[in-house]
Amino acid sequence: MPGGLLGIESLDRVEIETILDRAKNFQPRQSQNQRDVLRGRMIVNLFFEASTRTRTSFEIAAKRLGADAISITASGSSVDKGESLVDTLNTLGAMHPDAIVMRHSASGAPHFLARHLPTPIINAGDGTHEHPTQALLDARTILDRRPTLEGLRVAIIGDIAHSRVARSNMYLLSKFGADIVLCGPASLLPVELQQIASGVTLTHDIKEALRDADVIMMLRVQLERQHESAFSSGEYFRFYGLGLEHMSLASPDAIVMHPGPINRGREISSEVADSQRSVILNQVENGIAVRMAVLERVLSN
Amino acid sequence: MRKLIIRNGRVIDPATRLDAIRDVLIENGKIAGIGEKLHVTGAEKFDATGLIVAPGFIDMHVHLREPGFEYAETIESGSKAAAAGGFTSICCMPNTSPVNDNATVTSYIIERAERHAIVNVFPIGAITKSSAGEELASIGSMVQAGIVAISDDGRPVMNARVMRRAMETARSFGIPVIDHCEDLHLSAGGDMHEGVESVRLGLRGIPAASEDVMVARDILLAQLTGARFHVAHISSRHSVEMVAFAKSRGFSVSSEATPHHFALSDGKMPPYDSNYKMKPPLRSDCDVGSVTNGIISGAIDAIATDHAPHPGSEKMQEFEKCPFGVIGLETAIGLALEKLVHPGKISLARMVELFTTGPARVLNLNRGNLASGAPGDITILDTERAWTYDVNKSASKSRNSPFDGHIFRGGPVATIVNGRIVWTAERQDADAVTAN
Repeated sequence: MPGGLLGIESLDRVEIETILDRAKNFQPRQSQNQRDVLRGRMIVNLFFEASTRTRTSFEIAAKRLGADAISITASGSSVDKGESLVDTLNTLGAMHPDAIVMRHSASGAPHFLARHLPTPIINAGDGTHEHPTQALLDARTILDRRPTLEGLRVAIIGDIAHSRVARSNMYLLSKFGADIVLCGPASLLPVELQQIASGVTLTHDIKEALRDADVIMMLRVQLERQHESAFSSGEYFRFYGLGLEHMSLASPDAIVMHPGPINRGREISSEVADSQRSVILNQVENGIAVRMAVLERVLSN
Repeated sequence: MRKLIIRNGRVIDPATRLDAIRDVLIENGKIAGIGEKLHVTGAEKFDATGLIVAPGFIDMHVHLREPGFEYAETIESGSKAAAAGGFTSICCMPNTSPVNDNATVTSYIIERAERHAIVNVFPIGAITKSSAGEELASIGSMVQAGIVAISDDGRPVMNARVMRRAMETARSFGIPVIDHCEDLHLSAGGDMHEGVESVRLGLRGIPAASEDVMVARDILLAQLTGARFHVAHISSRHSVEMVAFAKSRGFSVSSEATPHHFALSDGKMPPYDSNYKMKPPLRSDCDVGSVTNGIISGAIDAIATDHAPHPGSEKMQEFEKCPFGVIGLETAIGLALEKLVHPGKISLARMVELFTTGPARVLNLNRGNLASGAPGDITILDTERAWTYDVNKSASKSRNSPFDGHIFRGGPVATIVNGRIVWTAERQDADAVTAN
């Protein structure tokens, strides 16, 4: 991946498997010293949008590999002073970092920059488009518990329209032959979703989505991305929230995932979030392992 | 007496259904005669052997950005781009700063054009003051000053009652109402056509219905008021069907299509390339097919570019931040040939019609034909000439075109305005060589 990592859609299976396999080596992270892998390399984390876990995760991943990681957030930077995205990136590019990890609220912002900058860009989430490392860490988390993704029934529930996590997961799971059920109210579930990846079905009924599900991915209600009230927020949990009573519909060993941060009582009940079924903290752990694998792969070329 | 004789070209004049090898004589800026081997002395000669000689092409939808946004385009630079695209007349939309909503601005544009433009410029006035959609502009005074139509292009009138009054006013002064049909509530926040591609790219959608509901509204209002209603840059299947229906009922409804709406669909956009962002957005392949069919059937009367210059600094941004619009004057004929004429969808004569009698009829302009005494505006085409569009050499001040680097088969080779040759491809090529 010499050009960086912009999305899952354009990756092939072999590339994804390579990253996921390599991430396994980084899982027992405290026990292994990998600090020679990227010694002397410089990675800039450029976050135009608030993020705690992804930014920290990338920082830790870079440092574990021995790279120098510098994090810049939009507030308090030149972006606040009205500098354009191109100018900001040109300025940073002139300092010759080895890679730029970038999060931006505009879909396609990293793709636009990748066309104008030689520095590899790793997409840490662009608007409502993709969040590739999230899908990779989710796949790693599933594969820690299941031998294969093929044939798994994965329910993704919530605001699919505005979710980059959903899109990246759809692309990845679809490439490995999973059955993907997307669930949400019609205003947050455009019918065209069925056409962007294979093996996708849609439903507006959470019970239908959960039936025999092996993996349940709950999405955060993205209040900041909805530009109007697309669904009554007061009714959301009642119809699309995940409670303990739902778990009997799913397969007996189903796991519950969430990209975080979770809104307890809005899309997921505390009982489910804290239950044995929940692998939410494993996802966080795997985030570092997967991002180490991605950084290594991008920078090794 | 100033004379120009254009020898031996294939003269296509849709107004008189002429399509034959002829000579065309222009005297003192007017068409003086068409015939075989005309005997003329003391005239400047243009050898059009192997070329198409047509009435001057009219682009009824252009943004010249002057006054107010001269960094993006001026009347002069826009007119040069028009000439380089084979257009002898252009109509400029009123969304300047100040908005062309009164006779003073109209007169300013006309005076600037007389002094600096190399093609004919016909202003279009605003429907409402500042195009704010509330109070009618000084439409009658603007008509007296020289506007040929009214439109709040880009900021369409949302209030149906205001649109009704505008249509009644336009009817009183004998001009059409051109509407950029877009329900701003439905399209709000959208950046591209709503469909599989917008969902795939995570970009907010502009549904075709946002265009369709306004086309439907305006057709009904045109029937109510008896006004002439013209749909700007029609782009969706249902809109084309509704215009065809309205025409079949005898309503005074017409429409135009842009080259990008019959040449490109939403799936053709390189990911997040802002040179593919415009309003209405590039729609689905199905819509592109309907626009093409409308051009073939006559539901669409004219090809217009919606030439919308924006400086690079504004287009070099995140997709959702960039302004809408692309330039189009220099690529329109090439695209019409490539997408419509060469594949055999329409005849060359029909293409000429879409650029001449079509818009002239909508706007009641005494242009677009070669009648004796008509203005000596001529567009000369070579339907086979291979050329590459280099946007960095555009006569426009802006560079926002999705067709940079495109190789065309056929295009304009000379533009003659009021009997004067204002542009030739040969001269442009020679200048390029000198510059290199």
